[in-house]
Amino acid sequence: MKRFIGFIKKEFYHIFRDKRSLFILFGMPVAQILLFGFAITNEINNVDIAIFDKSNDVTTQEIIHKISASKYFSIKQNITNEADIETVFQKGKVHAVLVFENDFKKNLTKDNSAKVHIITDATDPNTANSITNYISAIIGSYRKEINKDISIEYQIDTKTRMVYNPELKSVFMFVPGVMTIILMLVSAMMTSISITREKELGTMEVLLVSPLKPFQVIVGKVIPYIFLSIINAIVIVLLSIFVFEMPIQGSLFLLALESVFFIITSLSLGILISTISATQQTAMMISLMGLMLPTILLSGFIFPISSMPFPLQVISNIIPAKWFILILKGIMLKGVGLFFIWKETLILIGMTLFFIALSVKKYKIRLE
Amino acid sequence: MKNNNVIEVENLTKKFGDFTAVNSISFEVKKGEIFGFLGANGAGKTTAMKMLIGIGKPTSGKAQVADFDVLTHPEEIKKNIGYMSQKFALYDDLTVKENITFFGGIYGLSRAKIKEKRSELVAELGLGDILNELVGSLPLGWKQKLSFSIALLHDPIIVFLDEPTGGVDPITRRQFWEMIYKSSNNGTTIFVTTHYMDEAEYCDRVSIMVDGKIEALDTPKNLKKKYEAENMNEVFLKLARG
Repeated sequence: MKRFIGFIKKEFYHIFRDKRSLFILFGMPVAQILLFGFAITNEINNVDIAIFDKSNDVTTQEIIHKISASKYFSIKQNITNEADIETVFQKGKVHAVLVFENDFKKNLTKDNSAKVHIITDATDPNTANSITNYISAIIGSYRKEINKDISIEYQIDTKTRMVYNPELKSVFMFVPGVMTIILMLVSAMMTSISITREKELGTMEVLLVSPLKPFQVIVGKVIPYIFLSIINAIVIVLLSIFVFEMPIQGSLFLLALESVFFIITSLSLGILISTISATQQTAMMISLMGLMLPTILLSGFIFPISSMPFPLQVISNIIPAKWFILILKGIMLKGVGLFFIWKETLILIGMTLFFIALSVKKYKIRLE
Repeated sequence: MKNNNVIEVENLTKKFGDFTAVNSISFEVKKGEIFGFLGANGAGKTTAMKMLIGIGKPTSGKAQVADFDVLTHPEEIKKNIGYMSQKFALYDDLTVKENITFFGGIYGLSRAKIKEKRSELVAELGLGDILNELVGSLPLGWKQKLSFSIALLHDPIIVFLDEPTGGVDPITRRQFWEMIYKSSNNGTTIFVTTHYMDEAEYCDRVSIMVDGKIEALDTPKNLKKKYEAENMNEVFLKLARG
């Protein structure tokens, strides 16, 4: 029995002295509960909407006030002409536009009916549904209030329209996300594993002593994965067009260009991961836990970022996938051109340069 | 080559922060020599060698390999030396033929030259049967011989061997040293590190590093006489004990 206890004691030593296993035992569960708890939400919070109030009378103001007072919505912009509706959706600034018809109050008192138009961005069909339902509910409750002391009821007709995804197909939401995840998986994880494999086997040293320059080694490792990723991207786009009947509203050339940018961003991340991993296992762990998981949860792939608590929203900004999903949704579903996504593109390019600079710096330090 | 020295080292030093790994060592290696670079683990051998093969920057001092300065022209050095790593680093999931072709290529050999070299190796080492076998399936002794031959594919004037006989049985070690002798007879300079002291006897001259400094540098015969030792093992023990 004593031998057995001695053995168990040793096992505890192993666990407490290995920083990695401590992290997995205590750090990860806490991080994951927090992450999952806050990120996974189908509720909506502080969703940005725009108002197009053609009447600007007391009634519309009351309805608008009621909506903005709720914690579900935040009024980002007031639109003054029809054309702005399309623009504001393309820019991705708001999730919905609320349009009040002319002479709202007059129509209500005279004809007992007035119209409200709820236009929702359905690139994320689940959120779109929630948004439409919540707005309708708020308007419905306002209607009840004003109908309390009146014999003939006022009707407020809400007409809803889903833009970019009228049939609310969830595949429209998934395809950009899946494409992003796959490109990131192939490029970042496989690149980091490939480079650390050379380090583990000892062949990296031989390559460094050879006439091959270090940047040739890295670029040489990365090029096959660029090709494979491009083929992957093409396959995914073809499948979504022909099997899921997803439209590509925007320019295919722009789609290809932005995809190549993102592939390079992922590759540079893979290179960075390889500079801080000694073994393939470490590289894989960092790629999966440190890259894939936060990407799936915080990139807006499945769960809307706007509904997450503020700290998580800030963190989501440093995840390259978030920006690429915006770009993909913009090009595929909204048909926007470079004019609307230049900011996101620039951010991706900036991140790439940053990762590369960091990798070079780490590599130089090691040589010293 | 000026004054017949393939390696010239003068007060070469390498510091990592406060720790001095290589402490102002000086020595030369003549063309065609078999030079044994010995020392205990942690004595600074590997660090010193890394500087000579162009993958470590010296903190101070000078070193020239094949007439090129290690600080200013490490790229030229790499083109002119051969290197065999401790792990016999070959690609296990490539065939023997593919490994030869790959390494020949990165050393800039033409297709014709690679083919010529390959036939030579097949004849010398009897590779005929295993040319298309994955290197991973070869026994350790074969990998060792192959690794050595690949280091010499581009006919460098000097080849650096880092503990080339680790983990290999005495007979195979003996056979390997015969390959080294043959190479040396052909004019290649051999720079070998090892901590098998019996192998020190096979070298023309030997240096022994202790705590970053070179404490002995001479032929094995002279060292044994100087330290009144029967074999190099005893010489080493006397030196290391201080």
